[in-house]
Amino acid sequence: MFTKILVANRGEIARRIMRTARGMGVASVAIYSEADRSALHVAEADEAYCVGAAAPQQSYLQGGRVIDAALQSGAQAIHPGYGFLSENADFARRVMAAGLTWIGPDPQLIDALGDKVNARNLMSGVGFPVNPGGLAGDAAAVEALVDEIGLPVMVKAAAGGGGIGMKVVHRRADLWPACERASQQAARLFGDPTLLIERFMEGARHVEVQILGLNSGEVLALGDRDCSVQRRFQKIVEESPSPGVSQKLRAHLLEASASSAEALGYRGAGTIECLVRDDEFVFLEVNARLQVEHPVTEMVTGLDLVEAQLHIAANEPWQPPNGRVEAHGHAIELRIYAEDPRTFLPAPGLLSCWREPVGEGVRVDSGYQAGDTVTPFYDPLLAKLCVHGADRPAALSKARHAIRAFEVEGPKTNLPFLAELLNDSAFRNGDYDTGFVSRMQQAKAVKEPS
Amino acid sequence: MSTPVLSPITGNIWKLEVEDGATVAAGDEILIMESMKMEIPVEAPVAGVCRFSVTEGANVQEGDLLATIG
Repeated sequence: MFTKILVANRGEIARRIMRTARGMGVASVAIYSEADRSALHVAEADEAYCVGAAAPQQSYLQGGRVIDAALQSGAQAIHPGYGFLSENADFARRVMAAGLTWIGPDPQLIDALGDKVNARNLMSGVGFPVNPGGLAGDAAAVEALVDEIGLPVMVKAAAGGGGIGMKVVHRRADLWPACERASQQAARLFGDPTLLIERFMEGARHVEVQILGLNSGEVLALGDRDCSVQRRFQKIVEESPSPGVSQKLRAHLLEASASSAEALGYRGAGTIECLVRDDEFVFLEVNARLQVEHPVTEMVTGLDLVEAQLHIAANEPWQPPNGRVEAHGHAIELRIYAEDPRTFLPAPGLLSCWREPVGEGVRVDSGYQAGDTVTPFYDPLLAKLCVHGADRPAALSKARHAIRAFEVEGPKTNLPFLAELLNDSAFRNGDYDTGFVSRMQQAKAVKEPS
Repeated sequence: MSTPVLSPITGNIWKLEVEDGATVAAGDEILIMESMKMEIPVEAPVAGVCRFSVTEGANVQEGDLLATIG
C-alpha cells in the first residue's frame, strides 16, 4: 500500500478521499487554489500545496503543477476525484510517466470512453444494448437515419458533455435546421462539429451501474442508482436501488454491465449510465472515475469504494468481505447546491451559518463550514446528504427529517426545493423519470404565479 | 427605444454568440455566461440590433447591464 497520496481535487470529494486514506494509515497531500487557502480539505490534509489562482484553468487544471506537488511531497500516487483532471487521459499518462501511480482506469480506456460515438461503438461491440441511432452526416443521411429510427430524436455533440448542446427534435421539418445549428454550436464550443443522433426515449429513467474492475480481471457490478431527478441534465437526487427497475431487469442490467466492462478490460471504479424504459435499457455513457453519487452504493453495500480503489491501484488483491457483494436496505443522496431553489441559477456567497444533520443512517459529505465563501469559480455542490434505511419509506422519512435539520444561511440553496421534492407524492411513490423536475416546476408555476 | 438585457447571475461572460451590432430575433441566444461550472445562455428578449456592454471574459454581478437591443 502507498504511504502517501496526493488528492488532486477540492471540496467534499477531496475530504472524502482523505478520510478513507487516514483510516488506512495513508498520509494525504492536498492541492489548493488561492481562493481555497482556508478550505477544510486543506486544513485536514497532512500537507498542502498551492497550485495557482482561483480560476480552475489556472490551478486545479494545471496538471504539471499537480504532478510537481506530488513529486515534491513524496506521494506515490494521485487520486483525481471527479471533474477537473479525472477523465483527462493525457494527465493520467503524464502522472504515470513521472513514476507515480494513477488511481483510476487505464488512460487508453479513459480516452476511448470519453468520446460519445467511440464509447457507443465500443459498448455495442461488447454486446451492451445501445440506442438506435448514428452519426449525422449530410441532410440525406440524417433523413435516412430518421426513416429508420423514427421521431422524436436526440441530437447531441459527440464531444459534448454536461448536457450542453443536446436538442430534442419532434418534427421532421425541424430536423436538418436543428442539426445545422447544433453542429455549428458544437464546433464553436467543443471544437468538433460531429453530431450523434439517437432515438429520444420520452419518459425514460436515468439508471446507472457502479462497476469495480479488480486486478484479477473480474468486474463487479455493485448495484444500480436511479439518477432521474435532474435539472439541465444534471443530477439532484440519486437512490439505490431504483424504484423503477424490476428485479429481473436489474439482474440483466448488472450482468450486462459486468460482462461488458470485463470485455473492455476495465480496472478500477467506474459507472455505466443507461436510459431505462419499461423492460428496456440502452447505453448512455461510461464515467471512468469515482462518481459524485458513489455514497448511495457504499451505504447499501457497506463497501468503501475509495479503499477498493487504493488497493486496486496498488496492485493488491481486493475482495468484498465474505467474497460477495450484498445490498441491504435503501439509500438516497440529496445534493445541496448553492443555487436559487426556483430558477436553479447559481448563487455564490458567504456562508454565515452551516449546521449539518446527524443521526443513525445519516451521512453528510461536505466541503464547507460557516465563514467560508462559496465562490463562482467552482461547482455549486456544497454537500451531499445521504441517508440509509431498511426500505425506501424508512429512507424517505430519514431524508425528510435530515433536510429540515440542515441549516445553511448566506447563499441561496436548493434545500427548500429538496424539502418540496421529498413531500411530492409522485416522488414518494417512486413514480418519476428524467422529465420529473421540469414538470414539478411547471405545476408550481401554474399554482403560484409570480 | 432600446431594451436592456440584465445579467441573471453573478459570474463570467463566457462567449458572445452574435456579432456586436447584429440583428437578432426575440429568443435568439446572444451570449453564454458561466458561473459555478454552469453555462447559462442569455436570450434576446425582443428583436432588434444587439449592442454589447460587456466583452468575453468579463466578471459581472447579478443585475449588471449585458447588452441593449434596439
